[in-house]
Amino acid sequence: MSMNTHGRPTGIGSAGSPTSGAALLPDEPLLFEIGDTGHSGVDLPDVEIDETRLGGFARKSPLDLAGLTEPEALRHYVRLSRRNYSIDSGMYPLGSCTMKHNPRLNEKIARLPGFADIHPLQPVSTVQGALELMQQLAQWLLTLTNMTAVALTPKAGAHGEMCGMMTIRAAHEANGQGHRKIVLVPDSAHGTNPATAAFLGYSVKSIPARPDGTVDVEAVKAAPSPDVAAIMLTNPNTCGLFERQIVEIAAAVHEAGAYFYCDGANFNAIMSVVRPGDLGIDAMHINLHKTFSTPHGGGGPGAGPVVLSAALAPFAPVPFVRKGEGGLELIEHAEGEHLGRITAFAGQMGMYVRALTYMLSHGGDGLAQAAKDAVLNANYVRARLRDVFSLPFGDQPCMHEALFDDHFLDGTGVSTLDFAKALIDEGYHPMTMYFPLVVHGAMLVEPTESEPRQTLDAFCDTMLALAADAKAGNAARFTAAPMRAPVRRMDETRAARTPKLKWEREEDVKQAAE
Amino acid sequence: MRYLPHTDTERAEMLATIGVSDIADLFAAVPHAARLKAPLDLPAHSPEYMVEAHMRALAARNRAGADGPFFVGAGAYRHHVPATVDHLIQRSEWLTAYTPYQPEVSQGTLQMLFEFQTQVAHLTGMEVANASMYDGSTATAEAVLMAKRLTRRNRIVLSSGLHPHYRDVVRTYVGDGPDLVVIPHSQAGTLPLTIDDKTAAIVVQTPDFYGSLRNIEELADLAHDAGALLIVVVTEVVSLGLIEAPGALGADIVVCEGQSIGNALNFGGPYVGLMATRASFVRQMPGRLCGETVDADGNRGFVLTLSTREQHIRREKATSNICTNSGLCALAFSIHMGLLGEAGLRKLARLNHSRACALADALVAVPGVELVTNTFFNEMTIRLDRPAAPVVETLAGQGILAGVPVSRLDPDQPDVADLLVLAATELTTDGDIAALAHALTEALQ
Repeated sequence: MSMNTHGRPTGIGSAGSPTSGAALLPDEPLLFEIGDTGHSGVDLPDVEIDETRLGGFARKSPLDLAGLTEPEALRHYVRLSRRNYSIDSGMYPLGSCTMKHNPRLNEKIARLPGFADIHPLQPVSTVQGALELMQQLAQWLLTLTNMTAVALTPKAGAHGEMCGMMTIRAAHEANGQGHRKIVLVPDSAHGTNPATAAFLGYSVKSIPARPDGTVDVEAVKAAPSPDVAAIMLTNPNTCGLFERQIVEIAAAVHEAGAYFYCDGANFNAIMSVVRPGDLGIDAMHINLHKTFSTPHGGGGPGAGPVVLSAALAPFAPVPFVRKGEGGLELIEHAEGEHLGRITAFAGQMGMYVRALTYMLSHGGDGLAQAAKDAVLNANYVRARLRDVFSLPFGDQPCMHEALFDDHFLDGTGVSTLDFAKALIDEGYHPMTMYFPLVVHGAMLVEPTESEPRQTLDAFCDTMLALAADAKAGNAARFTAAPMRAPVRRMDETRAARTPKLKWEREEDVKQAAE
Repeated sequence: MRYLPHTDTERAEMLATIGVSDIADLFAAVPHAARLKAPLDLPAHSPEYMVEAHMRALAARNRAGADGPFFVGAGAYRHHVPATVDHLIQRSEWLTAYTPYQPEVSQGTLQMLFEFQTQVAHLTGMEVANASMYDGSTATAEAVLMAKRLTRRNRIVLSSGLHPHYRDVVRTYVGDGPDLVVIPHSQAGTLPLTIDDKTAAIVVQTPDFYGSLRNIEELADLAHDAGALLIVVVTEVVSLGLIEAPGALGADIVVCEGQSIGNALNFGGPYVGLMATRASFVRQMPGRLCGETVDADGNRGFVLTLSTREQHIRREKATSNICTNSGLCALAFSIHMGLLGEAGLRKLARLNHSRACALADALVAVPGVELVTNTFFNEMTIRLDRPAAPVVETLAGQGILAGVPVSRLDPDQPDVADLLVLAATELTTDGDIAALAHALTEALQ
């Protein structure tokens, strides 16, 4: 049996593999290998129907959907769940993702029938509480940002980017500036930024970062101004740094007749410290699933409301809530220049409920403290690791996340990927790796405000021990990692070369091959 | 504040480790002039019971579906969700995990997505499905963009009966202009005249917004003869337990709103979009895809794959800017579908149709009501002898949610003021139907 550097066994497998599904790391067959089309976990009356009203369109093709009885289903999904890492089970320092505590009060409130069991198209007179909630959420977001208007309906951060950039496009068109076709995007931006700009028909012009990791206002001024529609800038940026020339950048952008889109993915670091509206920003999406703690759910659902400046507010999409004479109104069709509708219904109410619950729990004072603690925790990690790990932009304070590059691993034979996988063996979810792209072998650590000091210390101890191990020449434990996860390293090349995207019966696969 | 672990002493000690004396030193890069000098005008932090009281007061001002007879559909449907579903999705390991970027510690989510993709492919009769989209409306808009990429053509034809919100979302995504052809309900028969060699896709919904079942095969032939694709939209996925799969009828892309399975009404979101297509189109499909592979020991496992389509790799050349899917809603869908199985889904679909037939029979017996939809699954449109919106308002005052006036979604379309769309599901009782028929009879006197 092999041991790790702490003297713990790295393998338990009597079946020849350390991850063969013993004890608390169960292997679990696929739903289709356990269930069959005859089983069901739902009791329903078996009614006969007359098919005359189906117009001859009754289903003849097979459904082939496997069913499970209730105990089988519970076991299947509980066993599967144990193969996931989660915030509740340990620190999740995934930079740029803000994996903070998800309060359970929020879940309880979102399930009140008055929120969960209401239909988006029932008469507005019967959902006044829902509209009031949207108003209150909007008010919190506007107070925190000092902006003029907020479009609540975007379904996720990238959808919010799309919405915000659409308002910018609409504003330019309304002002006879529709010829502006360039969007400036720093190299360090999230991939969604250039994707969004391109999606809306803009060409993307990259702006390089300065040696200190921030954007140079001179580079913005040097861009061909008559054709520039907007800049998309993340602040704090993806290197975990506040764009210290942001006010000058905003002035330069406005001077050129362009708008300033801010990617607000990292708003958690600055809420109640500084407001985007005081920095010259025209549009910014806010990821409710990051800053306001609606759970990530294994990849959504999110919510990405966009706050807008006075210049862009008229272009906000429908629907929105307005005070009327007889109560609150949901404006679903509006005159004027608004950009239309970006989703059915009224957006992510379930996320609005959770976010507002979170805000009320924290209060203005708690949100300010949360931002400060997020920054404190990231700097604490940076300070504890700075003598060993390499800081790409020197020893300067960071915001909510600490960025390292891979120079400290030079000559060890260990890559950022290997290092991240070794963290799994030590009981942590890896940090974000290889992002942002502007830093070689990036490791982006975002502890969030939720982590107590002793957890940060344990994490830093582990990071330092791993670094020492790498430098001591023990590359093998890194390149072989993870050993203690439910599965070993995955063959991603094979997955992409011969995509297998659904379950198929073995006999069907064989038949197809013959 | 109960969510923040540090004491002030700990904060001071941590600042000392960092080497600064004050937290403000860490914010030195923030322009001084812009920094907030005083606390914002927001309430202070609040104990759990007070927050709960505040939120309960808001919830109490909404009329919940269970509070009385309920016939509202039009793209979101009130179904029973088994208790098991909501219990399981609240497990920490599902609820508080991120997108499965690190497959070794995300096999739960990844295997679930693989199962979900299989379920969606089988349900729609298509070869491949992705790991979900935000909702049905944005999935429809993404399908339209996908069809444009695949055909390298620009014209999109939206058939009559596409949910008006979906139509509006497509319009926002692709822009208004000659390349977006919208067939009004009153001119449904003109669709074939609009198809030409510039047409990228026809978009058709079945059951359509009014509840009618559409002839998919005929439209598939029409599209394919012109070298275009057929996009089929399904807003009520339960229908696929009784109505022929679009994939069996020639659909090229199928998008659905998956809310009906596993997900509550939630006033419109979060929901879960389904997208399925032909295997040969997969590299132009937006969104996350999960694929099977093996680990270093040769054991089966799952990863996100074909990510060279996606924004985090391709940046401005990505197929879409989409980043998340609707993971937890997809999980709820998958668990509920797993509980139903084929046998359960077929029963559920028959039950829904049977309740809708009972509703239709009761409605046509009401003087002043005419049933407009001859075919339907669980939703139908009736024409009243007067504008529908005030009638709906009157009945709401009596505790009956009678459906959706078409004019609310489509105020600009002529001749829809009297139309009312009503849905029935397994939750619709005989008593609900009798109460509606009685109230409607009185209102139309």
